[in-house]
Amino acid sequence: MAATAHDHHVKESFITKYLFSQDHKMIAKQFLVTAIFMAIVAVMLSIFFRIQLAWPGESNSTLAFFLGDWAPDGVLDRSMYLGLVTIHGTIMVFFVLTGGLSGTFSNLLIPLQLGARDMASGLLNMISYWLFFLSSVIMLASLFVETGPAAAGWTVYPPLSVYEQTMPGSGMGMTLWLTSMTIFIASSLLGSLNYVVTVLNLRTKGMKMTRMPLTIWAFFITAVLGILSFPVLVSAVVLMLMDRTLGTSFYINDAIVGTEILEQSGGSPILYEHLFWFLGHPEVYIVLLPALGLTSEIVSTNSRKPIFGYRAMIGSILAIGFLSFIVWGHHMFLTGMNPFLGGVFVFTTLLIAIPSAVKVFNYITTLWKGSIRYTPAMLFSIGLVSSFITGGITGIILADSTLDIPVHDTYFVVAHFHVVMGLSAIFGLFAGVYHWFPKMYGKMMNTKLGQTHFWLTFVSAYGVFFPMHFVGIGGAPRRYYDYSVYEGFDGNQFEMIMDLNVVISIFAIVAGFAQILFLINFFWSIWNGQKATENPWRANSLEWTTPVEHVHGNWPGELPEVHRWPYDYSKPGMDEDYVPQIVPLKEGEEDH
Amino acid sequence: MGSKVIILIVIILAIVAVAQLLKMYDAIVAVRGKREEDVDLKTNNLNATLFIVFMVVFFGSFFYLISEYGRGRMPIAASEHGVEIDWLYGINWVIVFTVYLLTNALLFIFAFRYRYKPGVKAFYYPHNNKLEMIWTVIPAAALAVIIILGLMTWNNIMGKASDDAVVVEIYAKQFDFTARYSGDDNKLGYSDYKLISNYADNSNPLGVVTQNNMDWRIFEIQQGILEADSLLKAVDEGKAILSKANYLKRVKESEKMARIETRIWNMKERFGDSVTVLANDDFYTKTQLFLVEDQEYSFVFRSQDVIHSAYFPHFRAQMNCVPGQRTTFKFKPTMTTAEMRKETNNPEFNYILLCNKICGKSHSMMNMPVYVGTQEEFDAWSDLEAGNVKPIVAADSLLVAAPHIVKPVVEESTNDHGGHH
Ligand code: HEM
Ligand SMILES: [Cu+2]
Ligand SMILES: [Cu+2]
Repeated sequence: MAATAHDHHVKESFITKYLFSQDHKMIAKQFLVTAIFMAIVAVMLSIFFRIQLAWPGESNSTLAFFLGDWAPDGVLDRSMYLGLVTIHGTIMVFFVLTGGLSGTFSNLLIPLQLGARDMASGLLNMISYWLFFLSSVIMLASLFVETGPAAAGWTVYPPLSVYEQTMPGSGMGMTLWLTSMTIFIASSLLGSLNYVVTVLNLRTKGMKMTRMPLTIWAFFITAVLGILSFPVLVSAVVLMLMDRTLGTSFYINDAIVGTEILEQSGGSPILYEHLFWFLGHPEVYIVLLPALGLTSEIVSTNSRKPIFGYRAMIGSILAIGFLSFIVWGHHMFLTGMNPFLGGVFVFTTLLIAIPSAVKVFNYITTLWKGSIRYTPAMLFSIGLVSSFITGGITGIILADSTLDIPVHDTYFVVAHFHVVMGLSAIFGLFAGVYHWFPKMYGKMMNTKLGQTHFWLTFVSAYGVFFPMHFVGIGGAPRRYYDYSVYEGFDGNQFEMIMDLNVVISIFAIVAGFAQILFLINFFWSIWNGQKATENPWRANSLEWTTPVEHVHGNWPGELPEVHRWPYDYSKPGMDEDYVPQIVPLKEGEEDH
Repeated sequence: MGSKVIILIVIILAIVAVAQLLKMYDAIVAVRGKREEDVDLKTNNLNATLFIVFMVVFFGSFFYLISEYGRGRMPIAASEHGVEIDWLYGINWVIVFTVYLLTNALLFIFAFRYRYKPGVKAFYYPHNNKLEMIWTVIPAAALAVIIILGLMTWNNIMGKASDDAVVVEIYAKQFDFTARYSGDDNKLGYSDYKLISNYADNSNPLGVVTQNNMDWRIFEIQQGILEADSLLKAVDEGKAILSKANYLKRVKESEKMARIETRIWNMKERFGDSVTVLANDDFYTKTQLFLVEDQEYSFVFRSQDVIHSAYFPHFRAQMNCVPGQRTTFKFKPTMTTAEMRKETNNPEFNYILLCNKICGKSHSMMNMPVYVGTQEEFDAWSDLEAGNVKPIVAADSLLVAAPHIVKPVVEESTNDHGGHH
C-alpha cells in the first residue's frame, strides 16, 4: 500500500531528517521552533524596556542581571534602551510574524491542503530555512557588539542609521542589522517563490482555485506581496550600505554629523522612507493575512458552519493585497510631502478599511447560528477578530492625515500597530499552533492549559495596549527613554503618562509570564501529549486525510482527489456535520 | 541577587508543578478515555460565558479610561486650526466608537449565544449577496464622510500661509532646537550648511549666509588646513608621530576642507551684498520660542544632522525636520501662556516644542519651551539690549571685522567650472 510513497523514499540519516531536511513538514517545524526562540528573546527585551518606562531611573536587579554593563547599577543605559526597542521591533515584525508565521504555516499547509507531495522545490525550501536561521543568529549576535545593536528604531531611518557619529548603534550593530536583513529577505523570497509556484502548479485533481481553503488564498497572496515588495527593501538596504561604506549620497544631503561636515549632497533621507514603506506597508499585511487565513479555517471548523461569504473573503484578500501597495505614504504625512499627494494617500488608505470591514462582518456572521466549540485555537481566533476590530478603527484615525498630525509618532501609533500585530497576528500564530499541532507532531496539546493561556494572554495583552492609546493622545512621543520632560511644563500630563505606564508595564510582565504556560504545553506535548487521531477536529480540508505518522510524500497511496469546497459543515442532507473535500458530490448535490 | 535566585526558583518550581499536574490530568483522562479535542459541555459553557464577562470588563475599562484620561488631560487646543482638528476628532470618535462597541459586542454576544448546545445543529449559511453588499456600502459611506471632512481640513491646514504670517525658522540638531526670527523684513536670510561654525571669534550655528560669515568661515578653514599641514610636515620630518591610518585621514580631511573652501569662494562670488541685507535683521535664540497671541506664524524647519520632528502637542502641530531640506507648517496660537495656566489650573504650565523623531541617545531630552504672550511682551523680550536673542549680524558696536583672507590660486584654476551654476 505504501509502495508509491516509497518510490522516492531515500534512506534518511539524522542529519537529513532533522537538520537538512527537505521535507516541508520538518521545515515548517524548524521555522516554528526558531521563531518561538526569537519570540522569547523579543519578549524579554520588551520587558526590560517596559521596566525602565514604568520605573524610570530606579535600580532594578533584573536589568542588572541580564544586561550587565548596559544597565550600570541596574539602571538601563540610554543608548541601550533604543537598541532594545529596535531589536524588539525587528525580531517581532520580521523574524516572528513573517518568518515564523508564513514560514511555519505556508510550509506546513500549502502542500497538505492542496494535495501535493511536497513543495515545488524542497531544496530551495531547505535553503530558505537555513538562511532564516543564519539571519536570526546574526541579528542576535548584534546584541553582543561592544558599541551596541542597531538603535535607530526598526525603520532605521537615515542619516541616523548611516553614521556612527550620530549614535553608537549605527556602527557595527547596524552593519550586522543590514547583513541580517539582507539574508532574511533572501530567505523570505526563496520561500515566497516556492509557495507561489506550488499553489499554481501542484494542486491535486479537482482542487480548483475556487475550492482552495482560505488559508491557502491568504498564504498565496502573502507570498505575492512578499515577492513584489521585499526586493524594494533590498534596494533600500543596499543603497544604505553604499552610503555607509562607499560614501555615496543616496540618502544624504548637506549634513553635519557629530563634528564632521559631510560633502555628500543631492540625496534625500525621504527617498529611504519611500523605499522602506513601499515594503513596510505591504509587510503589515504580510504579517496579518496569514493570521486571517488560519482564523478563517478555524472559525469555520469550530462553529461547524461554512465560512460566510467565501468569494467575498477571497475578494477582500485580493483587494487588501492590491491596495496595500498604494498606501505607503500614510507613514509619511509629516515629512514635508506635498499636501495633495498626502490627500491621495488618505483616500487609498481609507479604502482598505472596506475589505477589512467585509472580513470582520463575515467572521461574525459565520458565528451566527453556529455551534461553537471552544478549543484553544477557536478562543484565539475570536480574540483575533476582536483585536482586528479594535486596531482597525484606530487605523482609520491615523489614516486621516489631519488627525494624524497630533498623534503621529506618539504612543497612539504604537498602540494601533500592537493591537493589530501584537494581538491579532500573534493570536493567529497561537491559534494555528494549537489547531495544527496534531498534524505537526502527531500529538494533542493540553486543552485546559491552552484555554488558561488564552484568557491570561487576552486580558493582559489588551491590558498592555489599550491604555497605551491614552498615553499617545496625551501627547507622549514614542521611543522616549523617559517622560521627565513633561514633569517640568505640564504636571497633569506627566502624572497621567506615568500612571498609565505603570499599569501597562505590569500587564506586560504578566503577559510575558503567561507565555510560560504555552511553552510548557508546547514542549511537553511534543513528547508526552495524548496521541492524535487523524482528524481530531472533524475538519474537511485535505491535511486531515494524511496519516498521523509523517510519511514522505504526505499520502501513502495515491494523491486524494477533491470534489467539493472545504466548508461543507452542517450541510443539510448529510449524515455527519462535516463532509471532507474528498467525498464526491452526491447525486443532485450542488457544489457551494 | 537574592531576589533573583528566589524568582528563578519560583519559576522552576512552577514549571515542575504544572508538568506534574499535566501528568496527573493525563492519567485521569486516560482512564476515562477522554480526548483533548472533546471539549466537555461545562468547559465549553465556561469559556463562552467568559467572553461576556470579558466584554463587560473591557467596555467598562474603556469608559473608565475615557472619563479618567480622555480629552480632559490634554489641554484644549491652543491654536486656530487645533480647534478644527479637535472638532474633527469629535466626529471621528463618534463614528469609530460606535463601530468599536457594536462590532465587538456582536462578536462576544454571538460567541456566547451560539456556543455548542447538545442537539442543536449549526445553520448552513454559506453566503448572502445582499447582506455582503450592505456591509460594503455602509462602511464606504461612513468613510466617504470621514475622507471629505478630513481632506477639507487638511487642505486648510497645509495650505499657503497668509501674507500676514510671520516667518520663523526652527532649526534642529542633536539635541536642541534653535529659533530664528526673520526680523523687520519678514524674510529669512539664506543659509548653507557649509557655513555652520562654532568658531569662537565668529560663531554661526545656523549657517546663515552673509559676506562676513563667509569670510570668517573661509578664514577658519584656512587656519585648520594650515594647522593640519604643519602637523603633517612635522611627521614628515620625524618630529611628531602619527599612525599611517591617522596620517592619511588627516591628508584626506585637509583635501576635503579645501574643496569646501572652494565652494564657499564660489558662493561668495555668486552672492552680492544683498544676502547680508536679507539676513541683517534676523535674530535667534535657543532658550525659548516666543510667539504672539493671534498672530499667524509660518514656520520653516531645517535640520543639521539627522531627521527630527518638531512636535507642538498643544497647538496640534507637527512637522519633520529633514537634513538638506526645508519643510513648513503654519499655525496661529490663540491662547497666551497666562490664559492656559488659568485654564489648566496649573500656574507652572508651559507650552513646549518636543522632538518626536528618534534622533539619538538624548532624543527624549530634546525640546524647547514655548511661550505665548502679547505683542508688547514680545517686543520687550526680543529687544537686543535685553539679551534674550542674538543678532545674526552683530550690531555695529559689536561687529568683529572680517579677517583678511586670500583666495588660494591653485585651487581656483582647477576647480573653476566646478561650482558656477
Ligand atoms: C484598517 C486598516 C488600517 C489602517 C487604515 C492603518 C493605518 C495606519 C496608518 C495611517 C499608520 C501610520 C501612523 C503614523 O505613523 O502616524 C499606521 C501605522 C502602522 N500600522 Fe496600520 N493601519 C491599518 C491596519 C494595520 C494592520 C492590519 C497592521 C498590521 C498587522 C498595521 C500595522 C501598522 C504598523 C506596524 C504601523 C506603524 C509602523 C511604525 O511607524 O513603526 N496596520 N497604520
Ligand atoms: Cu501602513
Ligand atoms: Cu531630535
